[in-house]
Amino acid sequence: MSAGTKNSVLPERSRGTKPSAAEAVFSTLLERVSRLRSTRTGWVLAFVLLVTSPAFADSPLPPSHWANRQLPDPRQEARAQALMQELRCLVCQGQSIADSDADLAGDMRALVRERIAAGDSPAAIRAWLIERYGDWVTFRPPVQPLTWPLWAAPILLLAAGAWIVRGRLKR
Amino acid sequence: MRGWRFIPLLVLLAFVAAVTWRLSHPPDTRIQSKMSGKPVPGFVLTAALPGKPGLASTDLASGQPRLVNIFASWCVPCIAEAPLLVDLRKEGVAIDGIAIRDRQEDVAAFLARYGDPFARLGDDRDSRVQMAFGASGVPESFVVDGRGVIRFHHYGPITSTDLPVIRRALEEVK
Repeated sequence: MSAGTKNSVLPERSRGTKPSAAEAVFSTLLERVSRLRSTRTGWVLAFVLLVTSPAFADSPLPPSHWANRQLPDPRQEARAQALMQELRCLVCQGQSIADSDADLAGDMRALVRERIAAGDSPAAIRAWLIERYGDWVTFRPPVQPLTWPLWAAPILLLAAGAWIVRGRLKR
Repeated sequence: MRGWRFIPLLVLLAFVAAVTWRLSHPPDTRIQSKMSGKPVPGFVLTAALPGKPGLASTDLASGQPRLVNIFASWCVPCIAEAPLLVDLRKEGVAIDGIAIRDRQEDVAAFLARYGDPFARLGDDRDSRVQMAFGASGVPESFVVDGRGVIRFHHYGPITSTDLPVIRRALEEVK
């Protein structure tokens, strides 16, 4: 979809700049909606698009100092990185805080780096967060009665596989 | 052993049943703070606005129940919640605010426009106190009893249907 199309609802871009893929997708969406606008579906769709924006807003403040900056000590940074890979972002939920761009994930990375730099162990930081958000906040589930099936399942499946293979070989 | 051949079918049926159940009962994505029942974590926040005192954990053990509201001027659902907080304030509820990642002028404009129910207002610009409370977004609210123990957590904006629950939680800790 080129920027100058007749029914484009986006303002015409200055010549020479190519719209990015995301911009192209967005403008296509907007055009589809604008064409539907006369119908009720169009209104409903426009409303849905309006209220389902993924983040309601972002903070105007810049990210925390240690959100996107490595610790000067490479060994400390490696420990912080390993922990950040295993902590769940509370905003994006499926992502780790190392991967997420959410404001809160940045502040959580800053928390991890500051406490590692201050000499705290990764286990203590993880425990601090689990105390507040539950086991859910870590991607490494603790071994406890409720999670035993999770840890036992691979072993049981392997044993079942071995048993089936043995039966086949005997025949 | 003719029955064995039906095992794959049974596995498939179990799988379809599990998927159907999860699709019709999606998991709850709300994150409940585990801090309910525990004392307020220790913190000291500077004032978010010049004319209003900041907020520290010691202010919350004030002998009467308090509502702690975690909000931000850049948060859209907080606008929807604001008039209900003002109503609660008019009913005599003591409300303290914690502004997350916010600027002074923005907080001032927000309160001037949507009402100011807060007795104290702390400035949490690196979300550290938000995390200490086990809150994962804005807005969220906590009922704290007179001894400074967190007794109730509300995730998301307070709507008019939530008001009875909030009032009851405040009543119970009196």
